[in-house]
Amino acid sequence: MAKYYQPEIETASREQIKAWQDERLVKQVQHVWDNVPYYRKKMEEKGLTPADIQGVADLHKLPFLTKDDLREAYPYGLLGKPLSECVRIHSTSGTTGKRVVAFYTQADVDLWEDCCARAIVAVGGDQDDVCHVAYGYGLFTGGAGLHGGSHKVGCMTLPMSSGSTDRQLQFMTDLGSTILCCTPSYAAYLAESIHERGLKDQIKLKAGIFGAEAWSQKMREDIQNGLGIKAYDIYGLTEISGPGVAYECEAQTGMHINEDHFIAEIINPDTGEVLPMGSKGELVFTCITKEAFPLLRYRTRDICVLNAEPCPCGRTHIKMSKPMGRSDDMLIVKGVNVFPSQIEAVLLEQGYPANYQIIVDRVNHSDTLEVMVEMAPENFSDSLAKITSMEKSLVDALKAMLGIYAKVRLVAPKTIARSEGKAVRIIDKRKI
Amino acid sequence: MVYQISVFLENRAGQLAEISGILAKNDIDLRAISIAETADYGVLRMIVDDAQKATGILMEHGYLMSMTPVLVVSVPDVPGGIAPVLAAMAEGNIDIEYMYSLFTHIAGKAYIVFRVAEAEKFINLLSTHGITPATSEELGIQ
Repeated sequence: MAKYYQPEIETASREQIKAWQDERLVKQVQHVWDNVPYYRKKMEEKGLTPADIQGVADLHKLPFLTKDDLREAYPYGLLGKPLSECVRIHSTSGTTGKRVVAFYTQADVDLWEDCCARAIVAVGGDQDDVCHVAYGYGLFTGGAGLHGGSHKVGCMTLPMSSGSTDRQLQFMTDLGSTILCCTPSYAAYLAESIHERGLKDQIKLKAGIFGAEAWSQKMREDIQNGLGIKAYDIYGLTEISGPGVAYECEAQTGMHINEDHFIAEIINPDTGEVLPMGSKGELVFTCITKEAFPLLRYRTRDICVLNAEPCPCGRTHIKMSKPMGRSDDMLIVKGVNVFPSQIEAVLLEQGYPANYQIIVDRVNHSDTLEVMVEMAPENFSDSLAKITSMEKSLVDALKAMLGIYAKVRLVAPKTIARSEGKAVRIIDKRKI
Repeated sequence: MVYQISVFLENRAGQLAEISGILAKNDIDLRAISIAETADYGVLRMIVDDAQKATGILMEHGYLMSMTPVLVVSVPDVPGGIAPVLAAMAEGNIDIEYMYSLFTHIAGKAYIVFRVAEAEKFINLLSTHGITPATSEELGIQ
């Protein structure tokens, strides 16, 4: 069994990795300067030209990109290649409802799938495996990324997508799935279903690759025990490519960042200052090989720690910890990005005041989302039918905006706890 | 025309006791009460002796509420007393949104509160049957 998918890259010397990064960064900055006027303008505002970036040591000079930039530049403003050379888009939610759209050339898809293939091989996958992909397929990157990676490794790929648990379990038992890829909450749910139906003896799973939402060590243990497998973490975001930006190896002590494609920095989220290795701060990525959507210094808003200690698995790429939080108010619920501003926009559009509270919880390893909404006198009626029909249209509008169900709870004015006059917006009860 | 006050009720224990306590303290007399509810919230509907005053006081206490015109119809307080009214409504295609009754009994009459989609049509229909909706004065409320 091969231990690495691309051994010459995954175990390259630190000098070699640095040489790749220096060379590719210089080339990438020139590519962006030539093809992405939006970013070129940002560089010009800082008095920079490509000549100022001679290697990774100069990276800190470059301006940041944020989700707001992606919104402002929507849809084509950050495109680095003509559309005729692009072959795919993926999309994720933006801060105020406008979605973020990322473009891929064939080379971009290939490098992304290579990254996912490395993740699959790192958990012991090879051509004899049956890779069960139960991430959502479609605009979401989860399904497509692992699907492509599985093809590259040569696994038998089951493109299950999410949901329909009966079918998942039927294929898992009948076709002998050995590697499961999905969100950790769905893995926990499948584990429970397998237990309830007494199917544990009939499943052949050995490993799982779980990402797109936060999960705890306790949840890892529950999944590992429930499914009798090793559960591995994977990290990624649509803006940078998708899952596989970083992935866990057998050591299960952090995720190796694919540094031949992505340069990671940790910054102080308040000042933007780059922090030394081992500091806790906001993760920033620079794509050095991507063509169509070549983001430089993209602020992920994920708070984590990088670790450059040598790893017993033999990979030389640095590792990142699980994200420990966010430097903005984004919530990840059931693997979906949720911004309070999106909910606010729906409330205003539906004629409710912007007095609300978002309550996130986790029940049986599955996230729940509830929005408490203070009604205004004009939202109230003596007719219960009228209130319930307004409530239903609010639920529908939230589902359309967020992509997931949110329970709405209508309450009287001034019900929501206020802190120094401001309503407390988010209550996250999940113990992760 | 009689005014009903409607109050938004959250699904929590003691809310109804709070409201009736506030009304009692302010010497407001309840003449009818009805609750419609879902699993999560409800609407309390009341006829009181002074709707204007009750509304002011409950609003001061932060309740979400409204005043709604309703029709009060008196029927003989005997078995089947309401039947002719309902039959007439069915015949005239009058849609009832909700109805409930007053505690008040005056001289062998019972009083039924109706909320209908087309009040005008309902009044005309009643008059063809020789019925006039009860006035506030008749009920001793304002």
